[in-house]
Amino acid sequence: MNTLPDYKNIMVHLTYSKSLRKGTMTEKRIIYLDHAATTPVKPAVLDAMRPYFTDHFGNPSSIYSIARESKKAIETARAQVAKALGAAPDEIYFTSGGSESDNWAIKGIAFANRKKGNHIITSAIEHHAVLHTCQFLEKEGFSVTYLPVDSSGLVDPQELEKAITDKTILISIMYANNEIGTIEPVAELGAIAKKHKIYFHTDAVQAIGNVPIDVKTQNIDLLSLSAHKFYGPKGCGALYIRKGVKIDNLIHGGGQENRRRAGTENIAGIVGLGTAIELATADIGGHNARIAVLRDRLLKGILDTIPNSRLNGHPEKRLPGNLNISFEFIEGESMLLWLDDEGICGSTGSACTSGSLEPSHVMLAIGLPHEIAHGSLRLTLGDANTEQDVDRVLDVLPKVVAKLRDMSPLYHKSGKEGGCNVQ
Amino acid sequence: MYSDKVMDHFKNPRNVGEIENPDGVGEVGNPVCGDIMKIFITVKDNIITDAKFKTFGCGAAIASSSMATELVKGKTLEEAWEVSNKAVAEALEGLPPIKMHCSVLAEEGIHKAINDYRKKQGLPEWEEKHPHSHDHGEEPVCEH
Repeated sequence: MNTLPDYKNIMVHLTYSKSLRKGTMTEKRIIYLDHAATTPVKPAVLDAMRPYFTDHFGNPSSIYSIARESKKAIETARAQVAKALGAAPDEIYFTSGGSESDNWAIKGIAFANRKKGNHIITSAIEHHAVLHTCQFLEKEGFSVTYLPVDSSGLVDPQELEKAITDKTILISIMYANNEIGTIEPVAELGAIAKKHKIYFHTDAVQAIGNVPIDVKTQNIDLLSLSAHKFYGPKGCGALYIRKGVKIDNLIHGGGQENRRRAGTENIAGIVGLGTAIELATADIGGHNARIAVLRDRLLKGILDTIPNSRLNGHPEKRLPGNLNISFEFIEGESMLLWLDDEGICGSTGSACTSGSLEPSHVMLAIGLPHEIAHGSLRLTLGDANTEQDVDRVLDVLPKVVAKLRDMSPLYHKSGKEGGCNVQ
Repeated sequence: MYSDKVMDHFKNPRNVGEIENPDGVGEVGNPVCGDIMKIFITVKDNIITDAKFKTFGCGAAIASSSMATELVKGKTLEEAWEVSNKAVAEALEGLPPIKMHCSVLAEEGIHKAINDYRKKQGLPEWEEKHPHSHDHGEEPVCEH
């Protein structure tokens, strides 16, 4: 299998690639279009992290000077995260990543406020870290409303307001969807929560670095984020908790993170997160405009050259790098395998990659028929992608789709062969 | 996650296509579950002289169709009927557990094509040993 021997513009990977080439790795150029899954660590981020593995390894809870260095680094990172969100540093708590942050926000609010009520509102298209946490709480006696979304993936603020009862203690709606890229009207949803004095949590794992965020003006009480989605390291995230929010701890133990999240700090990870979020939010308009132009070029190219293809998600209210397209008559995994063979990394909402036979809950929630959901392809662009990458996909993808359609019994049944039926 | 053999049969599938005026056709699966196989056979003197397929599905579904058609070609109908999903999976050097249903689909596709031939010949259809594990009726339920 290929790794990332030729991941352009990422100096670290170029360095690694030299050593890989000495071995048995192929030199095939990789076009990485799965940035919603994870991103490579930026060289500046790795440089910032490196001293904290070796030189400044001290436990921040200790008294000696190398420990003070660790402590200082954590507080710098906390300030960087706070600035990126429009929060105060003492409202930022470091965690092991997006899943922990979601679990903490939802379980922490639920258990701390259960005397007030037992009702939670979320949406049908949340990440499993939110959905499965809510399902767990249902077994613990909570009741959960899963708001439907429209065909573009948007939650209707009026539906949210209607779902509120006097028992509602938490509303958790994601900032932007990981599969179809739809950006929810977070400020409006947050305002409704505020009006009814209900805590509002948003899973912003996909949004950081892609959309400007301000927790105060957007009425957000809790926000989850994860470093590896914006060119930071894996295994490190944060939860913003507005001052005054009543929340239980999730991880019990030592007094770290102002006695709210136990466990010796992942210092290098935290430093990486801080540097990465600063870089990701510094020129948020500029780099996203560039990515969106590439994305739109890719979209137009695909829709123009491949018949019976359609865009999933909202045409405008979507993450700049996200493209999700369904191709009729074919299945997503076989598309991915062929694309991988050409060095192109993407993902699908088809069942076949998820470990079940059901297609993704997001695809079904936006009303796609099962067979169309099975034929979805997600390509998510990032900082290193170029026009050449887009052109290469536009060269390869129509052939892949034609090849698979040619062997699909559905294609002939439909009588829509057109000029695409290449032998 | 796939064996080299699966990837070989996925990337270079044998016997893709349709047979004009086939002696038997078997279609199994459901688009709702993300896989459909259509198997075509030509039969001469009780022997399957040609087999082709069209498949909508994942890598394992395409590789299983390819391997199953390879395995039944040149066999008598009795021998072909005994080609089990396990035999298909073994010939592919294994399938991930979640993908075993693809080999079941291939076995059922072959069986359906054989019975289609027998029906056309006015012969009684043979009985499935493990019927309808994937061939759904009105309301499909996707199961492994």
